[in-house]
Amino acid sequence: MTSVRSLLTKPWIWSFIGAVLVWLATIAFTGGYGAGGMVTAALSLAVFTVIVGVGQMFVITLGPGNVDLSLPANIGLASAVAMKVMDGNDSMIVVGLLAALACGAAVGAANYLLIWALRIPPIIATLSASFIIQSIDISYGRGLQIKPPPGFADFANWQVLGIPVLAILTVLFTIGAAIALQRMIYGRSVLAIGQNIRAAWLAGVNVGLIRFLTYTLSGALGGIDGALLAGYFRGANVDIGNEYLLASIAVVVIGGTSVAGGKANVPGVWGAALFLVLLLTMLNTFGVSAGVRLLLTGLIIVGVITAAGGQKALR
Amino acid sequence: MRPEMTAASLDAAARTSAERGALARARLLRGLLPALSLALVLLAIAWLNPRAISYFGFSLMLNLAIPIALATIAQMFVIAGNELDLSIGTFVGFVGCVTATWLKDAPLIGAAILLGSIGVYALLGALIHLRNLPSIVVTLGMSFVWQGLAILVLPKPGGKAPDWLLGLMAFKPPFVPFPIIAALLIGLIVHFGLMRTSYGVILRGSGGNPAALGRAGWSLLKTKIVLFALAGLFGVLSGMALIGITTSADANIGNGYTLLAIAGVILGGGEFVGGRVSPIGAVIGALTLALAASPLLTFMHIPPDWQVAANGAILIIVLAARVLISRKER
Repeated sequence: MTSVRSLLTKPWIWSFIGAVLVWLATIAFTGGYGAGGMVTAALSLAVFTVIVGVGQMFVITLGPGNVDLSLPANIGLASAVAMKVMDGNDSMIVVGLLAALACGAAVGAANYLLIWALRIPPIIATLSASFIIQSIDISYGRGLQIKPPPGFADFANWQVLGIPVLAILTVLFTIGAAIALQRMIYGRSVLAIGQNIRAAWLAGVNVGLIRFLTYTLSGALGGIDGALLAGYFRGANVDIGNEYLLASIAVVVIGGTSVAGGKANVPGVWGAALFLVLLLTMLNTFGVSAGVRLLLTGLIIVGVITAAGGQKALR
Repeated sequence: MRPEMTAASLDAAARTSAERGALARARLLRGLLPALSLALVLLAIAWLNPRAISYFGFSLMLNLAIPIALATIAQMFVIAGNELDLSIGTFVGFVGCVTATWLKDAPLIGAAILLGSIGVYALLGALIHLRNLPSIVVTLGMSFVWQGLAILVLPKPGGKAPDWLLGLMAFKPPFVPFPIIAALLIGLIVHFGLMRTSYGVILRGSGGNPAALGRAGWSLLKTKIVLFALAGLFGVLSGMALIGITTSADANIGNGYTLLAIAGVILGGGEFVGGRVSPIGAVIGALTLALAASPLLTFMHIPPDWQVAANGAILIIVLAARVLISRKER
C-alpha cells in the first residue's frame, strides 16, 4: 500500500495513467478490436518524440529561458542529409546516421555559439538559427526523392513480437539518459545550473561547457531523430520535423519536468509521449475531422498544463 | 544591496564628462539601430534597383507590411509583460478565415466572433497569471486550437473579404503610399498609448519589476489581462488587414507570422525581459523584415529559398551590432 502511495506522488506516473485511460477509451469505442496493434503503433511513433523530448528536457532543465526552438528545422535538415549520404545504399547506413548525427550536433553547437557570442536569450538564438537552417534545408533538399536504403527502412519498421525494435533501443537510451542525469557529473551539473546558475558557478561547475554540451546534445538527438524519421516514413521532407516543436516541449512539461529548471524527469517523457500519440490515435479512431483533431489536441494540452501548473513560468 | 548602491553611485560620480558623453552616444546609437538597419536595407534596394524607390514601388514592396506590423505590435504587448506568444500566427490565420466568411456574410455574428476571440486572449492572460503557467507552452497549445478552428471555419482556401475592407486596404493617398502612412499611424498611436500614458507605464512596469508593482498596489492580474487583450486586438486587426490585401483566405495564411512578429519586436530594440519594448521600433523592425525578406532578395537575384534565412541573418547581424554597442555602454 505504501509503495502504491509513494508511486502516486511521483510526478511522472500521471502521464502514464493518462496514456492508459486514453487507450482504454479507444478500445472501449472499438469494442476491443485492435488493442494490441494500437500499442505497437503508439510505441513506434512515440520513439521519435521521446528522442527529441530527452534533448529538450536537458535544455529546459538548464533554467528559465532555455529552450531549443530549432529542433523542427534541425530534424528536417538531418533527414535530408541522411537520405543523401545513404543514397539508397545499404552499405552507407552507418555513415548516413553518423552524418545526420554530426549535422545535428553542428546545429546545436551553432545555437550555443549564438547564445554565447551575442549574449541573447536562447529562444531568440535558436529561433534565428532555425530560420537559417530551414532555408539551407529548402535549398539542399529541393526535389529530394531519395528513398532510404531498404535495410534501413526495414530496421526502422522492424518489430519483434509486436514490439518495435526501435522502441526497445530507445528504452535503453532513456535508461542511459536517466543515469547520466542522476548519477553522472554532467547530469548533476545540468541540474545544479538549473537550480541556481550563480551558485553552480561558484561551486566550480564549468557552466559554459555544460551549457555547450547540452545544446549540442539536443541538436545531435534532433539529427538522429531526423534520420530515423526519414527511415520510418520512407523519405525525407522539409516539414518532417514540424510537429516536434510542440511535441518536444509538451512531453517535457507533461512528463513532470520543471519548466523553471533544475528538476528533470526521464520516465515522464515516455509517459507523456505515449499519451500524446494515443490521444491522436483516439481522435482518429473516433473519426473526427482534421479541424476538430487540432482543436482538441490544443485544448487538452492547455488543460493538462493548467492542471499540472503552479510552477514558475519558463520565462 | 546598500554597499553595491554606494559603490555604483561613487563609480558614476567618478566618471568624467567625456565618459558620460561616450555613454550617451552609445545609448543614442542603440536607439537609432532599428532605423539604421531600415535605412541600410532601403539604400541597398535603391542601389540595386533605383526604379523601386517610387510611389508605385513602395506600394508594391510594402504590400504586406501592414499586417506584419500589426502582428508585431501584438507580439510586443505580450513580450512587454515578459511572456511570449507562439500562437499569434495561427490566430491571424483564424481571424483571416472569419473575416473572409462570417464577417462578409453575417457581419454581426462575424464581429461577435472576433470580439469573443479577443476575450479568449484576455482569459489566457488571466490563466497564465493565476496558475503561473509557462506562456510558451500555453500559447503553443493555443496555436493548435486556432489552427483547428480556422480549418473548421474555412476547410478549403477561399472566401471573400468584405467590400469595405477591400476599399480601405486599396486606399491610394496622394504622394505617400498607404502602407507607409498606416505604419506611421500604428507606430505613433501605440507609442502614445504605451510610452506616454500613465497606465502604459504600469503595463511596462509589470514586465520590468512585477514585485515592486504588486507591492505598490497595482493588480498584476489586470495588467496581464490588458496586455493579452491588446495582443488579441492587434492580432484581429492584423488578420483583417491581411485579408483586405489578399482578398481571400486560407487556414494556413498566417502561420509564418509567429516567428516574423518575434523577430520584428527584437529587431525594433525590444528586450526579451524587463518590459523594455519600443512600438515605433517594432513597426520599423516589421518594415525592415518585410523589405529584406522578398524585394531585396529579388533584386539581388537570390532564390526565394533563402528568404527565411535572410530574416535570420538580419536578426543575427542586428543583435551582434547591439552587443558591440552595449559593450561601449558599460
